[in-house]
Amino acid sequence: MTTPKADDFAIELKGIDKRFGEVHANRNINLQVQKGTIHGIVGENGAGKSTLMSIIYGFYHADKGEILIDGKAVKITSSEVAIASGIGMVHQHFMLVNTFSVLENLMLGAEGGMVLKNGMSAARDELRRLEQDYSLEIDPDAIVEDLPVGLQQRVEILKALYRGAKILILDEPTGVLTPQETDHLFKILHALKEQGTTIILITHKLREIMDATDHVSVMRQGEMVAHVKTSETNREHLAELMVGRKVRFEVEKESQSVGDCALSIKNLNYVDSQGVKRLKGLNFEVNAGEIVGIAGVSGNGQSELLSVLSGIDDFDAGEIKIGSEVITPDGGQTPFTLRGLGVGHVPEDRHRMGLINQFEAKEAFILGHHKESAYNGKLLQNKKQILDDCQEKMHEWDVRPPNPNLKTASFSGGNQQKLVIAREVEKDPSIFLVGQPTRGVDIGAIEFIHKRIVDMRNQGKAVLLVSVELDEIMSLSDRILVMFDGEIVGEMAGHDADEKTIGLMMANAHTTDAEQEVSQ
Amino acid sequence: MSQHKIPGWVNFALIPVLNVLLAFLVSALVFVYIDISPWSALKVMWQGAFGYDEGWGYTLYYATGFIFTGLAVAVAFHAQLFNIGGEGQAYVAGLGVALISLSLGNVLPAILVIPLVIVFSGLFGASWAFIPAYLQAKRGSHIVITTIMFNFIGASLMGYMLVEVLKPEFSMAPESARFPEASLIPKIYEVLKPLGIELTPSPLNLSFLFALVCCVFVWLFVWNTKWGYEIRAFGANPSAAKYAGVNAVKVTVMAMMISGMLAGFFALNTVSGEMHQLKLNYVAGFGFTGIAVALMGRNHPIGIVMASLLFGFLYQGGAELAFEFPGVDSKIIVVLQGLIILFCGALEYMLKPYVEKLYLAAVAKKEVSHA
Repeated sequence: MTTPKADDFAIELKGIDKRFGEVHANRNINLQVQKGTIHGIVGENGAGKSTLMSIIYGFYHADKGEILIDGKAVKITSSEVAIASGIGMVHQHFMLVNTFSVLENLMLGAEGGMVLKNGMSAARDELRRLEQDYSLEIDPDAIVEDLPVGLQQRVEILKALYRGAKILILDEPTGVLTPQETDHLFKILHALKEQGTTIILITHKLREIMDATDHVSVMRQGEMVAHVKTSETNREHLAELMVGRKVRFEVEKESQSVGDCALSIKNLNYVDSQGVKRLKGLNFEVNAGEIVGIAGVSGNGQSELLSVLSGIDDFDAGEIKIGSEVITPDGGQTPFTLRGLGVGHVPEDRHRMGLINQFEAKEAFILGHHKESAYNGKLLQNKKQILDDCQEKMHEWDVRPPNPNLKTASFSGGNQQKLVIAREVEKDPSIFLVGQPTRGVDIGAIEFIHKRIVDMRNQGKAVLLVSVELDEIMSLSDRILVMFDGEIVGEMAGHDADEKTIGLMMANAHTTDAEQEVSQ
Repeated sequence: MSQHKIPGWVNFALIPVLNVLLAFLVSALVFVYIDISPWSALKVMWQGAFGYDEGWGYTLYYATGFIFTGLAVAVAFHAQLFNIGGEGQAYVAGLGVALISLSLGNVLPAILVIPLVIVFSGLFGASWAFIPAYLQAKRGSHIVITTIMFNFIGASLMGYMLVEVLKPEFSMAPESARFPEASLIPKIYEVLKPLGIELTPSPLNLSFLFALVCCVFVWLFVWNTKWGYEIRAFGANPSAAKYAGVNAVKVTVMAMMISGMLAGFFALNTVSGEMHQLKLNYVAGFGFTGIAVALMGRNHPIGIVMASLLFGFLYQGGAELAFEFPGVDSKIIVVLQGLIILFCGALEYMLKPYVEKLYLAAVAKKEVSHA
């Protein structure tokens, strides 16, 4: 390969610098993306990847630096300019109108005149051409909300291509996909690359970088710390670059014999407020001293399972047995009574449930435990106890900064998560429900959190782990259950789990076609 | 380079003061427009509100009312409930005061009647807030809509009660009979007279002290009890509150009833403390102005006291203004109020980025000169 010339680059960044008040999100970023390649950008949460992409897409303006597209300096002042310059973006959270058809979504913002009809037929022709060129089949008249997630993402990609994108940015595109859907996405990306599209792939999953990209740039704390060819690096090396120190991927876990059944679920049914059946006759047990992992694409009833088991929502039929206590529907259980029975719960979404962003850390630290006598006097709260307790646990769990008076929103994702897990673990629950323990958490903290979860198991607690990260499920669980559409569709021991089998179960594709038809 | 935080006083003191000054500046233009020197208008208002003891008395009397209605809005607001019904709750609370005062005022001594008057004003206010709260919590009827409707229902109810039930025979005015002496809340000048302190009579009464007690109560309740914790948790993040086990129905009803109680205490100041009888529309918009007071006071008791003083000053000063300048309607204060609400509420964040930038620049400069 000859040394690349300036106009070999689809996009080039020179000295991009961006501050948000006190936060220096991007420091003097230089990046060259070669035409017709897939370029990965990795970095931990908060490394500045999203900020950088938002600058490229015109959501933010850089304080300093310039952007060159096809070797020419472009001032990207808004996303319209970005689109006009041939940049397309597929957001992590899809920007689609759910009740519109694929075609309507496609032409949104590019309707072409007052009367829809002309634009419609032009869009239809264009869609047909795109489908053929890139082999991205889709039914133009399907309503978006009826499509599976993988196809919704395809609509996003088509939307970008429809607007003439030659540079496609994908922000964490695989977060909602099954392994099979991920593979399919990468096939599409390769096809796009063959057609000359340049692709920037942002992710924190190193495996995907290794599988899909040609080049990779690593960001750490707002800086670009390395640009390497993917073929010349490996996962461990990239992780080290991301974190700045050596990282261990394997979780150390000695085998141990399990104790008595701590949590037993029989024929559990739950219908949500919309009348949709979310849990369909679940049966399983969790024993003391084991980690049972629930794998599945998000939205298949895992969240509902956690909220029923923790008492947030009441179930409709079946029974839950905690130790010797039997809980029936309408048994008057609340999160308080279940905490009393020894259920600890780390909710899946710490921002929505686990913490209150406006609260100080010490206040968030008593959430759910705020009625305990230790924290209350006769009438007033025991503020000193609340403060001391939080302070002590912050030191123990290495929460940074260890300041109980700081608003929870000011902590990084990893530290917020430590705060939530510390709060629940320190109450010494016998049943520990953990949802997405490391979502949006940096690698260093992931290591720490995984170790504490295994510690709980080693102390003889029954741990129920819900995660969409297959790696996490596989490395932590003693036993794996796979959920699909409110049912458990597969079970296997943790040590003989393999990604392919679980992936097929997650998509419920391991059953015969006939069975699938029945279930639909 | 070290990073600097914007200290609290910039956000909670400097910016509100700048906003008020800006509002006054625009008000000055209004005065110029109607050919009154803004300076002399300000002098008249200041003199009228703070210049002599009667003026002070009126200012604090108005402020007392605003403290009650402001606190009422603030408590509900911490549960993210927008209680627009302070007006109606205060109005209906007057009925509680009237019923107790007229029925027991001649029977029991003041030491027993006045506590009952306080309890009933709170109780009637709270019960008027209970129904919208219950409807919101159980049925999802939006509290803003229901409390507004309850203001109208309250007004009709009170009109009926005053005309058909409470109005003494042969009286033409829709007013109750005058309350017996024992049921009245003493005026401050009356209380101070035996101590040798002579004040010009003004409507300022002991409700003012009670209002300050309520401020302390609200502070303790909202920030120092587990119930207040639940209210704030529910207000800030309902799903996290649900996760914690907070009962949404209970919290909604509790927050609204305390809010209604505080609004109800408004009747103490105005009915028991000053009018000594129940009159049609006696609340006169104080319930609504409480929303602005709470907004300005950032839903904190200290802020609410400050904002109440400001609005008390505007009311009293504005009345003086109408006295002093013939042709100026006392409604001019509505204009001033409007401007203050506009600048402190609606445009609250207009100045913020600039002030913060200036502050940071000033700090940086100081650092350089130190180095």
